[in-house]
Amino acid sequence: MEAVLFYALAAVTLVSGVFVVFLRRPVHNVLFMILAMIGLACLYILLHAEFLAMVQIIVYAGAIMVLFLFVIMLLNLDEFVMPSERRKVRYGIGIVLAMMLIVFLIPASRGMLSGAGPASVPADMANLTNTEIIARELFTTYLLPFELASVLLLAAIVGTVVIGRKSAR
Amino acid sequence: MVDVQHYLVVSAALFSLGVIGVMFRRNLIVILMSLELMLNAVNLSFVAISRYLGSIEGQIVVLFVMVVAAAEVAVGLAIAVAVFRQKGTINVNEINIMKW
Repeated sequence: MEAVLFYALAAVTLVSGVFVVFLRRPVHNVLFMILAMIGLACLYILLHAEFLAMVQIIVYAGAIMVLFLFVIMLLNLDEFVMPSERRKVRYGIGIVLAMMLIVFLIPASRGMLSGAGPASVPADMANLTNTEIIARELFTTYLLPFELASVLLLAAIVGTVVIGRKSAR
Repeated sequence: MVDVQHYLVVSAALFSLGVIGVMFRRNLIVILMSLELMLNAVNLSFVAISRYLGSIEGQIVVLFVMVVAAAEVAVGLAIAVAVFRQKGTINVNEINIMKW
């Protein structure tokens, strides 16, 4: 089971990586990059690095790729021509995907409403979770690099604002 | 459990894809994205080896790599916007003002 999942996720990640590199339109590249990020996050979950998987989705797929999209739309790189025909096909694809999402979400929400899920976890867990281990290491052994990383992010913010503003005279 | 070698092969393939993108694409934004792909490939091998050795240090390193990647992307995209304002293009063949 794990092997099958691994090969499927690896295939998704690698194929979207190929599309990232070889497609001509930057917007398509970004969208396939998001798919590759999600595939990588699933691989992290297979490797029992759940915290990193969530950070991967939030930071990479959520923040960095949206930044790429913003810049592409700001620079207006694509001479985008919407194909006027074939709209029916796209509606059909959208409806099918929405139905699949509903089918996917109903069991999940039912489990949440009945409250059977999180309550069964004991309050004091004998074995630490992945997040707890990472937090413990990060705030003790690697405290100095952690603080330095925050300084680096601050420097990046300041640098971005300085570079990105209109030339002040 | 899947062998660690399989993860390393996937990571190597992803890294090579990133290298190809950096070498052959001429769009600055796509080059930045290929850089991200390479960083992610390295992250994957870090996590795989961290799992294989049963130590958490690899995952900590991946967190710091993510911080650096975020900073790099922010500054890189700001540079791309600035270059586009100056030259009206982000094709790296035409950005040759610092070429000797």
